[in-house]
Amino acid sequence: MAQGSEIRYLTPPSVEIKKKKYCRFKKNGIKYVDYKDPEFLKKFLNEQGKILPRRITGTSLKYQRKVGQAIKRARQIALLPFVTDMMK
Amino acid sequence: MLNQYETVFICTPVLSEPQVKEAVKKFRDIIASHGGDMIHEESWGMKKLAYPIQKKSTGFYHMFEFKADPSLIAKVETEFRRDERIIRFMTVKLDKYAVEYSTKRKRLQKEKTEKKED
Repeated sequence: MAQGSEIRYLTPPSVEIKKKKYCRFKKNGIKYVDYKDPEFLKKFLNEQGKILPRRITGTSLKYQRKVGQAIKRARQIALLPFVTDMMK
Repeated sequence: MLNQYETVFICTPVLSEPQVKEAVKKFRDIIASHGGDMIHEESWGMKKLAYPIQKKSTGFYHMFEFKADPSLIAKVETEFRRDERIIRFMTVKLDKYAVEYSTKRKRLQKEKTEKKED
């Protein structure tokens, strides 16, 4: 019998180290979000082609607006799909 | 007052290469004749569309970058609408950051092509 006050878990509790999110535009000094670059914009979409929220990507409000604008423009000229499945 | 604009348009894939060139030339002439100042031009060639447009899944992409008076845009866009060879077009006004970005992009492209030639 294990004695003592030590608590044992069947699965050790994972101690999550929270990685601080940051705005990649502010960090890299990107001033303009290009709508002609669908590969870059795909980082801000989920598998269905929906725009990811700021709370997931960490983008600042100023650049989230620009990302949204760029994605919508890219959709207009058929560089990105409006709806899809299994994009990644 | 002059603004800088960027137009991307898609020609139908049923056209042959010289026919696409002819269509592009037509719009280049329209912009020039209305006092637009062409800065840069790019042909992306045949590309797959992300979704079908007019039941077509591919198209010839072409891009114009030009300086012009705002009144020119409406004229050019009417021409785009009238032309059956164009399946999609979009004109965007470039702000100062976009202008900065596009000059940088052009410079990088130039360097790339020069490297290829060496």
